[in-house]
Amino acid sequence: MFKNRSTHYGLVSVTLHWLVALTVFGLFALGFWMVDLTYYSSWYRTAPHWHKSVGIILLIAMLFRVGWRFFTVSPLPVATHRKWEQIASKAAHFLLYAGIFAIIFTGYLISTADGRPIAVFDWFEIPSAGELFARQADIAGDLHRYLAYGVIAIAVLHAVAALKHHFIDKDATFRRMLGRKN
Amino acid sequence: MKKLLLASSVAALMALPAQAADYTIDTQGAHAFVQFKISHLGYSWLYGRFNTFSGDFSYDAAKLADSKIQLTIDTNSIDSNHAERDKHLRGSDFLNVSKHPKATFTSTKVVAKDGDKFDLHGNLTLNGVTKEVVIAAEKLGEGQDPWGGYRAGFAGSASFQLKDFGINYDLGPASSTVYLDLTVEGIRK
Repeated sequence: MFKNRSTHYGLVSVTLHWLVALTVFGLFALGFWMVDLTYYSSWYRTAPHWHKSVGIILLIAMLFRVGWRFFTVSPLPVATHRKWEQIASKAAHFLLYAGIFAIIFTGYLISTADGRPIAVFDWFEIPSAGELFARQADIAGDLHRYLAYGVIAIAVLHAVAALKHHFIDKDATFRRMLGRKN
Repeated sequence: MKKLLLASSVAALMALPAQAADYTIDTQGAHAFVQFKISHLGYSWLYGRFNTFSGDFSYDAAKLADSKIQLTIDTNSIDSNHAERDKHLRGSDFLNVSKHPKATFTSTKVVAKDGDKFDLHGNLTLNGVTKEVVIAAEKLGEGQDPWGGYRAGFAGSASFQLKDFGINYDLGPASSTVYLDLTVEGIRK
């Protein structure tokens, strides 16, 4: 039930998938909105604080998710998927994982460029590694933004592809991520 | 004899009144500061500075009106001791440093006041906008330094509205004016 089988995803993988999806889109929207807040907005301090806190929690979830892949099998590709579809979907999955880690890392570099730690909801702090390179906050900030656009673009493509398999090809691709079998 | 001659000529040089002379601002030894302050919410001051700048001045105590200064500031080097704030200050809400990497001040006129005080009129270019600014300045001192050079030092202050330089981000009603605070030490060329 918790672990994956060759025919379907287990509860852990399915739950992580949807929580991460929700969080990634939520963080994107929050980040996109908060950078234009006016100074006297009551969200001016709260929104970045939540954005960073949730980002660090997402990192923990993503590390667990990668670890979980080693504890459980990956379901076999849906039999009707063509070879190029299998390669393209694997590539998209890899880019999503790598992109999310890169966004979190660049976000960390912005906030810790001057030695200040990141407070995660005032529960605990992630210490700074110091300034690792010149103009760190600016360069990391640009990367953070463009990586975020990239990950959202791939995530949308990933979702459109899943829906195409569901509604047009009428195969099990999308249903499997709801925990159903082939 | 040679030594005596040298010593007496050095003494003669030192005895000369200060002549019109060109100075390089001592950024090498960091004896010059371009600082600013702006009110935070009307409750306290926020201080910052520009770490990278360069400039020259000519100064003649006897003919003050002939004195002039030119200062070029690397706007990227803004430092308010908070990386995220500095990132914001460098961005399009404030200094637009990618578009306007330099700020400059070029004096146009020096008007003597009491004692060592004078008004330094000039053009300040910031965020691509050039406006006349008057720096209330004062000579702090001049003379030989312990390492064989000759130095002169000045302090100055000026203020301007952020919106005068096209910076329209609203920091609140008490925070529309920025105060510049300059200390400049020059080494005679």
